[in-house]
Amino acid sequence: MVKIGVPSKGRLMEKTFEWFGARGLKMAKTGSEREYAGVVEGGGVELVMLSAGEIPRELAAGRIDLGVTGTDLVRDKLADWDRQVSEVAALGFGHADLIIAVPMAWIDVETLDDLDAAAAAFRARHGFRLRIATKYHRLVRDHLTAQGVADYQLVDSQGATEGTVKNLTAEAIADITSSGETLRANHLKVLSDAVILKSQAMLYRSALAQGAEVSALLDRIGLLQ
Amino acid sequence: MIEKPGTSKAAIRAEAERVFAAFQAAGAVPIDADILLPAETLLDLYGEDIRARAYVTTDPLQGEMMLRPDFTVPVVQAHMADGADPARYCYLGDVFRKQDHLGNRSSATLQVGFEVFDRQAPEAADAEVFALFRDVLAGLPIRAVTGDIGILMAAVRGLATTDRRKAALLRHIWRPQRFRALLDRFSGRAPISAARAALLERLAAGAPEELIAAAGPLVGLREAEEIGARAEALLEDAKAAPISALEAAMLYDLLQLQAPAGVALAHLRGISAHLPAIVPAVDRFASRLEALAARAVDVAALAFEASHGRTAMEYYDGFVFSFVGGDEVVASGGRYDALTAVLGQRRSIPAVGGIVRPHLVAALRGTV
Repeated sequence: MVKIGVPSKGRLMEKTFEWFGARGLKMAKTGSEREYAGVVEGGGVELVMLSAGEIPRELAAGRIDLGVTGTDLVRDKLADWDRQVSEVAALGFGHADLIIAVPMAWIDVETLDDLDAAAAAFRARHGFRLRIATKYHRLVRDHLTAQGVADYQLVDSQGATEGTVKNLTAEAIADITSSGETLRANHLKVLSDAVILKSQAMLYRSALAQGAEVSALLDRIGLLQ
Repeated sequence: MIEKPGTSKAAIRAEAERVFAAFQAAGAVPIDADILLPAETLLDLYGEDIRARAYVTTDPLQGEMMLRPDFTVPVVQAHMADGADPARYCYLGDVFRKQDHLGNRSSATLQVGFEVFDRQAPEAADAEVFALFRDVLAGLPIRAVTGDIGILMAAVRGLATTDRRKAALLRHIWRPQRFRALLDRFSGRAPISAARAALLERLAAGAPEELIAAAGPLVGLREAEEIGARAEALLEDAKAAPISALEAAMLYDLLQLQAPAGVALAHLRGISAHLPAIVPAVDRFASRLEALAARAVDVAALAFEASHGRTAMEYYDGFVFSFVGGDEVVASGGRYDALTAVLGQRRSIPAVGGIVRPHLVAALRGTV
């Protein structure tokens, strides 16, 4: 029995069902509207309905063989992600960029280079490091380290991140954005050179996945690796 | 986990005890440090580099706490609080670092350290620490590498350019790539980026207050005055003359200098004609070599790399050294005078020290 983890609700779930359906693997929710259960027609495959954020961990642990989630979540949550899971297929939806944004009124800041210099001055004046609110700690930190940005600190924000600047709990944010409307509504602008990751929905295979059975399934839906 | 004598953990402990005893025999007083430390000082000092690697937890009363990521900070704090100088301290205990890559590196490793706080003859203290580490590691298949961050800092401080550019370069000494990019830009080697050119054009178009008001509502802690000040600084910097080709060439040359210490000294004497600001730092380097020679270090063969230590934690500001076995740094240390000022509430004291990683010593001996 091959276990596939899919997002348990919303558009991501619907699109995932469509994607597999188009490849001859028909998935459907079962039970009541609110119950997180589903089936796959044809047998041999068990559907595991999970929060997209938990799918990377379940793949790494080998509790599911295949899983659909965002590249942002896999790369942020898993250390050495490419040794724990492999990318099977990009699903072509769920596109979003992980970006860094600062207040529009910061006329002196357009790039990471500017952010770095502004952070130095900010720390000297306020006595603490410039705060960047995010939930993507690993991705943002790795990117800023690689770019040589100093004098900042990450503060955790699990939601409504765009509001942290106005609420004075952060000076800048790093978050996933698809349209930029929420940023504009909160008087923020995206740094021109700070796209940390172009994320999208991806089908992953666990490094611990049972070999032959999973390969046979991938073959069946035209994805033999 | 409890391990019996003869197992690897016991062998590492025995190695640690041996080094610890040698440090005490050299006159160091054993000092203890809490395992759970307030996180704020460490985070402020090391920034996100340490947050990524250290175990941070929250205490309902004491706030954010951190499992000891190193001993230097608590030892300096203890000395600044109630230590009389000169002082020599040693310590032995676990330090904790998260391992962010798959593999068998341990998250808790023993460290044995030795630190000297002494206002007299800093170069002699540098040599004392280096020679002591050489002695406790004698017989192992390792090589020593030395450097001197003080020479780099002196070279930057002596550049004929604006204070703002010098401050920017000094701030990024520990981030070699960024340092290089800044130096390329300040010396005119790299063209000004299109983004920066466009930014400068916009900033030149009006008074900062008006531009800020036109850009959008100001949210957050950073005030209009701070934004305006940096906007003006950018415009001012655009008008500043580039760092001269000769000075830049000397600095690039210095950054790449790798030679046996005796040869390096002669080379530094040569370039100090063009970078006179480094003369006092080079004199200190020379007197350190004498002090090392007096302790039977073969300075003609001792490896010197001007950029050594630049990717380590950013508190070393003078002599730095490592003992390397294979790909692993078995022991390392250096001078950190400025750190004592940061932690000492306006008081400071010259300090130098280092740590040995006993698990790597044991591995080299083949006892684990």
